[in-house]
Amino acid sequence: MEYHELTIGSALDRLTRHEISSFELTSAFLARIEKYEGRIGAFITMDRDGALYQAKKADQDIAGGRISALTGIPIALKDILCTKGIRTTCGSQILENFIPQYDGTAVSKLKEEGAVILGKTNLDEFAMGSSTENSSFKVTKNPWNQEYVPGGSSGGSAAAVAARFCSAALGTDTGGSIRQPASHCGVVGIKPTYGRVSRFGLVSYASSLDQIGPITRDVRDSAILLNVISGHDKLDSTSARVDVPDFTKALDLFEKGSLKGMKAGIPKEYLSAEGIDPEVEKVFNHAKQLLTDLGVEMREISLPHTEYVVAAYYIIAPCEASSNLARYDGVKYGFRDRSSKDLIEMYKKTKSKGFGLEVQRRIIIGTYALSAGYYDAYYGRATKVRTLITEDFSKAFETCDFILSPVAPAPAFKIGEKTDDPLTMYLTDIFTLSANMAGIPGISVPAGYSSKGLPIGIQMMARKFDEMALLRAGYGFERNIGLSQKFPDL
Amino acid sequence: MKISKSEVEKIAHLARLEIEDDRKEKMVEQLGNILQYIDKLKDADVDGVSLSPGAAMMNNVFREDIPEASPGPSVTLANAPERDDDFYVVPRIVK
Repeated sequence: MEYHELTIGSALDRLTRHEISSFELTSAFLARIEKYEGRIGAFITMDRDGALYQAKKADQDIAGGRISALTGIPIALKDILCTKGIRTTCGSQILENFIPQYDGTAVSKLKEEGAVILGKTNLDEFAMGSSTENSSFKVTKNPWNQEYVPGGSSGGSAAAVAARFCSAALGTDTGGSIRQPASHCGVVGIKPTYGRVSRFGLVSYASSLDQIGPITRDVRDSAILLNVISGHDKLDSTSARVDVPDFTKALDLFEKGSLKGMKAGIPKEYLSAEGIDPEVEKVFNHAKQLLTDLGVEMREISLPHTEYVVAAYYIIAPCEASSNLARYDGVKYGFRDRSSKDLIEMYKKTKSKGFGLEVQRRIIIGTYALSAGYYDAYYGRATKVRTLITEDFSKAFETCDFILSPVAPAPAFKIGEKTDDPLTMYLTDIFTLSANMAGIPGISVPAGYSSKGLPIGIQMMARKFDEMALLRAGYGFERNIGLSQKFPDL
Repeated sequence: MKISKSEVEKIAHLARLEIEDDRKEKMVEQLGNILQYIDKLKDADVDGVSLSPGAAMMNNVFREDIPEASPGPSVTLANAPERDDDFYVVPRIVK
């Protein structure tokens, strides 16, 4: 087996048995990136020297018997996670030269466990988008077919994992930005429960919705990464004081008892949603049958406020964004327009030149919805609808352990196909937005392919802090789906 | 709800954005389409529904206020686009 084919789990086994070194593993990924990155465009910034240095250090640790959860494992990070001394751009001109003075908590936890950081991956600017076409630096291509988008906003991370440029990656998910690109690229992605992972050092887009999570080759690797990044952090008061179980134990639950006794809810509103692609429906029905065969009891559930999810999300997220992004004023960090003579003009020119169009659109929507006279009609109403959506889920989980649904209504679309019509792009988020609105965890697991050979995933969502249910069902599904090809030929 | 060009200009000013003239029409059209879609929210029955607490979904979070060492101005101001020793430099504010 070649180095780049190893999962985190199998690489750790070989590293600890001294069969391979982290230096060899890291060098193999760097060589692969060198060879194929021009075709994929997954990374904004590479840290070759840093990665090789960390790999050598990991090898010394392994030789000395100091082995942690991720010692020597090469990982890529979405370029919205602050990395000390490594440029963190958020895919935006406004932060093109921003070098954080600190690591985000998820990043420092990876480092403490011995991970090797390879570089920073491409994204839609400030994570606003569903295709990674909104990056100010490059368009990432889907490794399965380079005419198609990888999804977004964590498209660089998902493409890097699918192209096997790294063992695994971290992404962030505000409305589907881990699960949708994972689905489009044929890899596993988890959006943990809101509060499960500290957001400290995650550059804020919509603070009540943002969450960091793993993008990996298989479910076991997601469990391994989730073990490392989860937990309360005094630097993020919204991180939950909830015990973190050993998530890899979920896999044993499957080994011991298959999926017998688990109940899955199928939301009737999702399958009657407009514009669902027949190929997605086919993969979904196949997945449903497989889970039934594995012992899952299926039942129809109702999420009656589904029709309002997109509208409520595209008020709440832009409102929070308009507030969060006010900080890019050209004073403390980031780009500044130097042609302006007075302060207001400097703010305006800095923001207008520094932010791309989608970011500006969302800032304007958010500012509008929060402005005098419109607050009750938009933000107030949207947050009440959010309460109703959350209640829909609480009620549904009285009768099921997880909810099964498609991830996106269609497989990946062609690059450039939707860039002119933001609303159409927003509507593709219909199945993923709810988990963020309700604060619950969701997983995307590869489930099949379209006739064009593009991957299609399925989504499972569970009760707050019950990632174990997702990992157990996801692992059982993955073990039995029997996909013909797990990774694209580059 | 459709939004007018002058409203977009007013909101852009509040957000400290400046939309170039050749992009304005398209921006107004796209925002209009989005807001028209969002008007769907008016159909939702929210009578008596409480505001979602959003991020503050748990209890208030307290911690001891313990002073820690500051990294100092050389670190704090490292990313400043313009500085004069330990100060940020901004364009003239008072006219």
